[in-house]
Amino acid sequence: ERSNLAGVRHILLVLSGKGGVGKSTVCTELALSLRRSGKKVGILDVDLCGPSIPRMFRVQDNDVHQCDSGWVPVFVDQEKSIALMSIGFLLEKPDDAVVWRGPKKNALIKQFVADVAWGELDFLIVDTPPGTSDEHISTVEALRPYKPLGAILVTTPQAVAVGDVRRELTFCKKTGLRVLGIVENMSGFVCPHCSECTNIFSKGGGEELAKHAGVPFLGSVPLDLQLSRSLEEGGDFIQEFPKSSAFPALTHIAQQILAAASQRSS
Amino acid sequence: QVALLDIDICGPSIPKMMGLEGEQVHQSGSGWSPVYVEENLGVMSVGFLLSSPDDAVIWRGPKKNGLIKQFLRDVDWGEVDYLIVDTPPGTSDEHLSIVQYLSASHVAGAVIVTTPQEVSLQDVRKEINFCHKVKLPIIGVVENMSGFVCPKCKKESQIFPPTTGGAEKMCQNLNVSLLGKVPLDPQIGKSCDKGQSFLSEAPESPATSSYRNIIQRIQEYCDLHCSQEEKII
Repeated sequence: ERSNLAGVRHILLVLSGKGGVGKSTVCTELALSLRRSGKKVGILDVDLCGPSIPRMFRVQDNDVHQCDSGWVPVFVDQEKSIALMSIGFLLEKPDDAVVWRGPKKNALIKQFVADVAWGELDFLIVDTPPGTSDEHISTVEALRPYKPLGAILVTTPQAVAVGDVRRELTFCKKTGLRVLGIVENMSGFVCPHCSECTNIFSKGGGEELAKHAGVPFLGSVPLDLQLSRSLEEGGDFIQEFPKSSAFPALTHIAQQILAAASQRSS
Repeated sequence: QVALLDIDICGPSIPKMMGLEGEQVHQSGSGWSPVYVEENLGVMSVGFLLSSPDDAVIWRGPKKNGLIKQFLRDVDWGEVDYLIVDTPPGTSDEHLSIVQYLSASHVAGAVIVTTPQEVSLQDVRKEINFCHKVKLPIIGVVENMSGFVCPKCKKESQIFPPTTGGAEKMCQNLNVSLLGKVPLDPQIGKSCDKGQSFLSEAPESPATSSYRNIIQRIQEYCDLHCSQEEKII
């Protein structure tokens, strides 16, 4: 019987040691950029306690249906250009807390990896919660037979965040997960009134970490009011705001992922 | 006399923020000694048990629970007025365990931190739900990163926009207290990175007065709801 992941060409994970740095944002914008490049993309959201992906695509009220091969992912549009799976779709009420210990989380993650009928995808992006625990161990174990392309690590510039992301790098090394690179998010804010740039969360920590660890630096993404709004509304930032400050960095990240995938295929 | 217990096992940030990176935990006859920032501020974190900043704690739930139990049982805190517990994001092992292990003590309550945007609030509503489920009182909610005032032109930007009314609306809807709003200030991150006290470094910052007001409200809550015993937050 054909595995549900057999039609997925490249799998990549988005990780961070730290919470609130923008993993879900990077997943969302990467998916939108890859779609713009003509790719078919899926996002698997394994953040079971804080699933952010459905709202970022304005499909938070959708339900999940079953088919012969398992669960049908939620498509963000008629063209089925982006497919999503998240525990967010399985909750009866959006405010319901998923208060599960490790073993129950692991069981659902195994199901998410094996039982979603993704069909043919160019990229499957896996959004994770912060940390190096059950969700991460289980996801990497379940995905191992499918040889993921690698992991993108997201940090903010300051040392407190970088300190946790260093541990995430160790996690990747220990589990044999290739590091595609580090993204430094929330890297500077340009005041819309006077154009003064302020490094609210410091600057450069992500780039330094990449250099120190010998992994690619994928770029710095600035704080961007239009990006924040777009995520709130579940809009398509890449389509609607090509002149916005975060656009170049986000599309550059997608370009580098496309290059890595292309290299792997050849 | 304050004790700060960091149970974020995978991402222990407290040692760095307290200027205690590289410190180790000492054992004595009475158990593990906390690491002291000052005479009246002791800290415990898995960070002190790791030998390198690259060391990752790649543990499943049960092992994390075991360490949390040890932290509560084996650390010789002495007489303490306030025990503050820092937790990782989520509603899972660490959260269930800390509530369970502290059930014999009187926990004053939880302070829940959010940022203004709905992406954050939607998770925080779950955290509030968690507190109700495990009968943990909620002292209140703090709205962090609440607006940014440009140091040059002094105009405000809502970097994390409260598109659904922010913490204020959520607190009204869920009948919990809003303890206060803390604005973004680059000095906060800088102080934390250097392991210095932001409140001492930037006494004039609007964020400092926000923090102080919030802390006062927490103390008032504790004075009202807890007796002479140790207050656990």
